[in-house]
Amino acid sequence: MLMTDTTGGNAALLNHVLRHGDRALVLAQRLGEWVAGSPELEEDMALANISLDLLGQARVLYTYAAELEGLGHDEDHFAYWRGPDQFRNPLIVEQPNGDFANTIARQFLHDAYAVAHWDALRLSSDETLAALAARAIKETSFHLRHSRGWLVRLGDGTDESHRRMQAGLDAMWPFAAELAALADENELRECGVVPDAGVRAAFETVVALAIGEATLTPPAPVEVATSGSGWDGTHSQHLVDLLDELQVLARAHRGASW
Amino acid sequence: MALDLDAIREIAASVDDPELPHVTIGDLGIVRAVEQHGDRVRITLTPTYTGCPATEEILADVRSALSAAHIDAEVTMVMSPAWTTDWITDAGREKLRAVGIAPPAPAGQQPSVMLDLPVACPRCGSRRTHRIADFGATACKAPYRCNACKEPFESFKSL
Repeated sequence: MLMTDTTGGNAALLNHVLRHGDRALVLAQRLGEWVAGSPELEEDMALANISLDLLGQARVLYTYAAELEGLGHDEDHFAYWRGPDQFRNPLIVEQPNGDFANTIARQFLHDAYAVAHWDALRLSSDETLAALAARAIKETSFHLRHSRGWLVRLGDGTDESHRRMQAGLDAMWPFAAELAALADENELRECGVVPDAGVRAAFETVVALAIGEATLTPPAPVEVATSGSGWDGTHSQHLVDLLDELQVLARAHRGASW
Repeated sequence: MALDLDAIREIAASVDDPELPHVTIGDLGIVRAVEQHGDRVRITLTPTYTGCPATEEILADVRSALSAAHIDAEVTMVMSPAWTTDWITDAGREKLRAVGIAPPAPAGQQPSVMLDLPVACPRCGSRRTHRIADFGATACKAPYRCNACKEPFESFKSL
C-alpha cells in the first residue's frame, strides 16, 4: 500500500481506484434493472448475482478510496454524493440495457476486459489491490463464462437470435476500445501498482475468439477518442438518469440507513 | 492474562452460516485467525464472495456469540488471502452432502473456474449430472439435476 501522503502517486492511485469502483457500481445498477424482467427465472438470478458481485467490488474500492483520500468519507459518499461529472466509469457500463442481446454484448465485452484487468492486478505491488484482485478474478471468471456462453448461444442460434446478437455487438462495439485504453496511468504502471502489460492483448484475444465461435461478424475497429473518455468524467445523459435513480433515496433522506 | 484462544476460536467457529443450514463458519474455513492483543482478542474472518450479503450478518453473529460469552473481541474481515472452497473442512463437506448440496471439487491454483468437471449427485452419487444454470439462490452455489435419480440439487461452486 502506498503511504497516504499527498504525492502525485497517491492522487493517481485514488483516480485509478475510483475509476474501477465506478465501473463496478454503474454496471451493478444497470444489471439490477433486469431483475424480475429477464427472459427466464434463471437469468434473473444470474444477473442479480453478477450485480451483487460487482457491488461488492465497488464497496471495497470505495472504502479504499476513502482511506486514500483521507477526508473522513465512507463508501456511501462516493456512491451517493458525487455528480455525473465526478464519475469515472468507462462509457460502456452506463449504456442502457436495450434487449437481452444488447445487455449480453455489453456484459461480455466488459467481462472479457475485467478478467484481463484483475488477472494482471493480482501482481500489483499495492497490497489492497492485489488482495481484491485475487478475490475478484474468481468471481469475474464466472461472469465471463456466463456472458460468453450467451454470446455464443445467441450468435450461433436461430436466424433471429443471430441477427439480434449481431445488432447488440454492433451497438456496444464503439465503447469497447475505451476499456483497455488508459493512456494516463503510466506512473502507476512503472511503479508496479497497475502491472497491466498484456491486458489489452488478452482482452482482444478473448473477444476475437468468442466472436468467431459465435459466428458473428467482428465490427470494424474503432479509434479511441483522445478526449471525452468516460474514464476522465465525460459521460452521456444515460449516466445522469442512472444516478438520479441510484441516488434519489439517499439524497431525499439524508443520513438515513436501511 | 492468558486467554484460552482455542475455546474462543471454538465459539466463533460454531456460529452457523446464515445461508447454509447446519453448516458453521468453522466448517467453511472462514475463521482465519484468533489472536491475543493485550487483554483483547482479535478475530479475523474472510468473506467468501466480495458481494456476499451474508458477510454483515456473519460479523454480527460472531460478535454477539462472543459477547454472550463475555469475551471482549474485535472482529474484522480481511480479503487476503482470498478464500477458496478448498478451505471447507471434511466435516463441512459431509454436512453439505447430507443436506443435499454437492460439495465443491478441489479448486487448485487455477485462476479460471473448473466447474465443468462432472459433479456427483449428493443423493445417489451418480456423476451423470448436468448444470441447469450458472447462478443459484446464493452466490456460492449453482443448480444441477441428476440424470440418474432425476432429482434437482445444488452444487457448491469450486473457487
